Amino acid sequence: MLRLENISKAFGSLVVSNSVTLDVTAGQRHTIIGPNGAGKTTLINQIGGQLSPDSGKIFLHGQEITRLSAPLRARAGLARTFQKNTLFQALSVFENVRLGAQAAHGRTYDLFRSWRSDTGVLAQAEQAIEQMNLGRIAAQPVGKLSYGDLRQVEVAVALATSPTVLLLDEPTSGLSPSETAQMIDVLRALPREISILMIEHDMEVVFSIADHITVLYYGEVIASGAPRNVADDPRVQEVYLGAPQ
Amino acid sequence: MTSMILPPKQPAARRFVFVAMVLACVVLSPLAVLSGYGLDVITEIMIFAIVAVSLNLILGYGGMVSFGHAAFFGLGAYATVLISTRYDVSPWLGLAGGVGTATAAAIVIGAFCVRLGGVGFFMMSLAFAQLLNSGAIKWRPLTGGSDGVGGLLRPELFGFDLSDAGPMYLFTAAGLVGVLLFMRMVIASPFGHAMVGTRESSLRMDAIGYQTRRIRLAAFAVSGAIAGLGGALYAFYNGFVSPDALSFGMSGMILLMVILGGKGSLLGPVLGAGLFLSVKNIVSTHTSHWLLIVGCIFVACVMVCPDGILGFGKRLFRSGERR
Repeated sequence: MLRLENISKAFGSLVVSNSVTLDVTAGQRHTIIGPNGAGKTTLINQIGGQLSPDSGKIFLHGQEITRLSAPLRARAGLARTFQKNTLFQALSVFENVRLGAQAAHGRTYDLFRSWRSDTGVLAQAEQAIEQMNLGRIAAQPVGKLSYGDLRQVEVAVALATSPTVLLLDEPTSGLSPSETAQMIDVLRALPREISILMIEHDMEVVFSIADHITVLYYGEVIASGAPRNVADDPRVQEVYLGAPQ
Repeated sequence: MTSMILPPKQPAARRFVFVAMVLACVVLSPLAVLSGYGLDVITEIMIFAIVAVSLNLILGYGGMVSFGHAAFFGLGAYATVLISTRYDVSPWLGLAGGVGTATAAAIVIGAFCVRLGGVGFFMMSLAFAQLLNSGAIKWRPLTGGSDGVGGLLRPELFGFDLSDAGPMYLFTAAGLVGVLLFMRMVIASPFGHAMVGTRESSLRMDAIGYQTRRIRLAAFAVSGAIAGLGGALYAFYNGFVSPDALSFGMSGMILLMVILGGKGSLLGPVLGAGLFLSVKNIVSTHTSHWLLIVGCIFVACVMVCPDGILGFGKRLFRSGERR
């Protein structure tokens, strides 16, 4: 579904991605872990098109997208969330999510009819709201929500674009244990038609969702595989989980 | 029984009739009360209301602070006068040409401006307006230099001579109402929502698949077209246009009207244009330092009601309801 080939990126002399190669297969729950400064968000930014790599190639559904702009990648089925909530503050939850649905299915340059008339977009938005369990707050302005709800809206907006590959940048960062449990539930319930590539710090989240883990360390992939194998990898234990026990 | 066969009368339809009747009363009453001069004053207010509404589209809904909106107003006015007088064609063709010229200019200027956000956009829009302003001063053979060009005679419409204050007033009122209805439609359209989304977070709009530059450019072009219509009407109204129409001061005045009245609301800019020009007309008969008074009002307004007169009114109304 999504393939990275030898992606490299440096900011000056600081190498943030060092020949990263990884594969997200259909329906996979792929998690990238690594200590702070490992280059995880930078990698997601290169996949999403917010940054471009210095070298290497990115493929989506077998098509090269390395030079494609962010909006065109999104239209090709790639959606992402941000580590820091990036929402439309003045709009309601529903309007936020509806904009996501409109991007994929709507007539954005139509000035001559009401947004209400596009029932396909409305249905798509409602589905994303249901998937993220946001029905109870759909009408509320985003500016008045709790942080935990905002994190879920962040995912709902991406989901509304009906992506085939979903990139999640630390979906549970800053959440309380009960909010984290909720987030795990809704993410686990997402259909397998969507492949997920996720950055995560919380090991409980990683092990309850991921079926594949890639460990990034100073921009380099040091291990990649099934959760059990990665957890047992001596190099991973050394650099990430601390001294070998 | 009848309700089973016939759908019940739409409340929306009833509201429409009500709004239309109120609107008709508001538009027609000055005709009965005011003299020719009074009608001229209101006509001018309505023309600038159209221009302020056009700026509000990109400023209030699109989040683009333009300090060069006089460019499109002025171009609309110049093109209308020049086409009508130099080529000896109907002023109606001049009006169409004015709107067309302003739209074309907005697409070209917008292509540069929308690449930049915030201060960059502000400076770039200002630079283009200044460029056109000095062009109008220097290109004497075409524009008449700082003396401007005149000689436009108002045409007839349905047998009414627009040279009379009454018909011109009604024609302008129809233009303003048309522009407001159009704005109302655009704001509620998928495009209007995409514009607000771009204002709120272009990073996110980009990430979910919108080509934000294109959205901003389309909004800029629509805004320029409406400002051009305002300029064309101003050419009809005045019969004459000078580089002042393209000036820094003109851009500032339009911006002030929007902010005074309340950006991001349909009627705010109309109120702003009304307030600004009323103060100007009243105060300037007593003192030439009328801008000083306008400045004080502006400062007071920004301090007391940063969301404009309309926003202030709404807040008053709401706190009154709560008591």
